[in-house]
Amino acid sequence: MYSEKVMDHFMNPRNVGELDTANAVAEVGNPVCGDVMKMYLEIKDGRIRDIRFKTFGCGAAIATSSMVTEMVKGKTIDEALAITNRAVAEALGGLPGNKLHCSNLAADAVHKAIHEYLLKLKEEEKQAV
Amino acid sequence: MRKIYLDNAATTRVRPEVAEVMMTHLVEKYGNPSSVHSFGREARVAVEEARGQVAALIGAKPEEIIFTSGGTEADNLALKGVARANRSKGNHIITTRIEHHAILHTAEALEKEGLEVTYLPVDQYGLVDPEEVRRSIKASTILISVMAANNEVGTVQPIREIGVIAREKGVYFHTDAVQAVGNIPIDVNADHIDLLSLSGHKIYGPKGVGVLYIRRGTRIQPIVHGGAHERNKRAGTENVPGIVGLSKAAELARIELKEHMDYLKGLRDRLISGLLSIEDVQLNGHPERRLPGNVNVSVRYVEGEAMLLSLDLKGIAASSGSACTSGSLEPSHVLLAMGIPHEVAHGSLRFSLGKFNTQEDVDYVLEVLPEIVQRLRSMSPFAAAR
Ligand code: FES
Repeated sequence: MYSEKVMDHFMNPRNVGELDTANAVAEVGNPVCGDVMKMYLEIKDGRIRDIRFKTFGCGAAIATSSMVTEMVKGKTIDEALAITNRAVAEALGGLPGNKLHCSNLAADAVHKAIHEYLLKLKEEEKQAV
Repeated sequence: MRKIYLDNAATTRVRPEVAEVMMTHLVEKYGNPSSVHSFGREARVAVEEARGQVAALIGAKPEEIIFTSGGTEADNLALKGVARANRSKGNHIITTRIEHHAILHTAEALEKEGLEVTYLPVDQYGLVDPEEVRRSIKASTILISVMAANNEVGTVQPIREIGVIAREKGVYFHTDAVQAVGNIPIDVNADHIDLLSLSGHKIYGPKGVGVLYIRRGTRIQPIVHGGAHERNKRAGTENVPGIVGLSKAAELARIELKEHMDYLKGLRDRLISGLLSIEDVQLNGHPERRLPGNVNVSVRYVEGEAMLLSLDLKGIAASSGSACTSGSLEPSHVLLAMGIPHEVAHGSLRFSLGKFNTQEDVDYVLEVLPEIVQRLRSMSPFAAAR
């Protein structure tokens, strides 16, 4: 039921783990089936220098986590924000219909981490003024 | 690659003896049992012999055996047939929260027809309390339906105690014995059962055939209308190859029951103790009142589907009560009814052993699973604190 690409990312996930140098971290939970995905980003000069993930979920959830880290690594914040859930699923060669919500989790987690990072940045700027 | 089938609660491999008799009735003795000619007569003889074999397995009389298309139809016939035939007596049915969907969804459909249904809770082991059954009986109660053994966690219910209460109160007692028959002793008289569902493909017989045992004198209406087959209780030309296959499977199950139980228990206990030696693994279901072939554990911090995929890549077939494996994306209703938290239900794994499994199969699982668990835990945010 999963594409070869999904199975590859599931069995050999890229960028799995935690990141000591992370300055943007976000966790998202899936209300549909109760899974959890955590993203660790190191952002420098508006670019994602490094990224790691940890996921509790099905094969699709692990594969989309892995895929999204590959897609956004080295990208600018804006480029990363433009990557949709759909793009992640497509990059994996598609997902079974009932697993599409799992791909929501991956891009959402990255976006959430970026948004929190930007918010923090703004606060810091405010304080500096 | 080595392939190991540990999903015998889902379905079983047809025994060669069964396949052989079925073949005869597909290509040689293919008559319609309702026909008067010799082809029809030999098919009729086979069907009636099968009735006798199935009856013998559960201590019933042959005329109390009604062949159906499977366990699901048997459950539908039991509930709908009894409910509709006994409306003048009452409209209340008692069942449990851990029944198979064939019962639960039928009960829900009956609620839409105006029936009242009580869904009894279970304890942490998945056990129904017979006293709770007694307390739920009202003047309008017409039927109690409690499964003999649960398909997911293997808990064996106190059906005899429940049967005694039902008999005493004059309420019909149905049991879904799809998982129990052929795996534990069942006797419709000793257990005071009025209706019992069983299925061919769970006892090394074919798919597409099952039975509803209906105690003589039970008021019931057909749900499939047509010809006068099966004593007017189930219309449709008999699935003769399926029925003779089920017959053979039932005969062998009866003869081998004791030996079969001992064999499976040995494998089961070896697998359970091996699994429990992995850190943060718990047994789901009852430690003793358990089907001989059922193993159900929860592995903390990891999700079931991910484990199933990994096991499958190693050639091992199992199942899980995780939300991610169900079409509805809801975790197992059985595990939730037992009070098991969502995240623990998520990491559940069921291995159901069968007569074709060996000790080597069990040892192979115990060899590969720890690595799988370790790999998935290393990716899990929940295990991070460890
Ligand atoms: S994470 Fe539950 S279905 Fe994918």
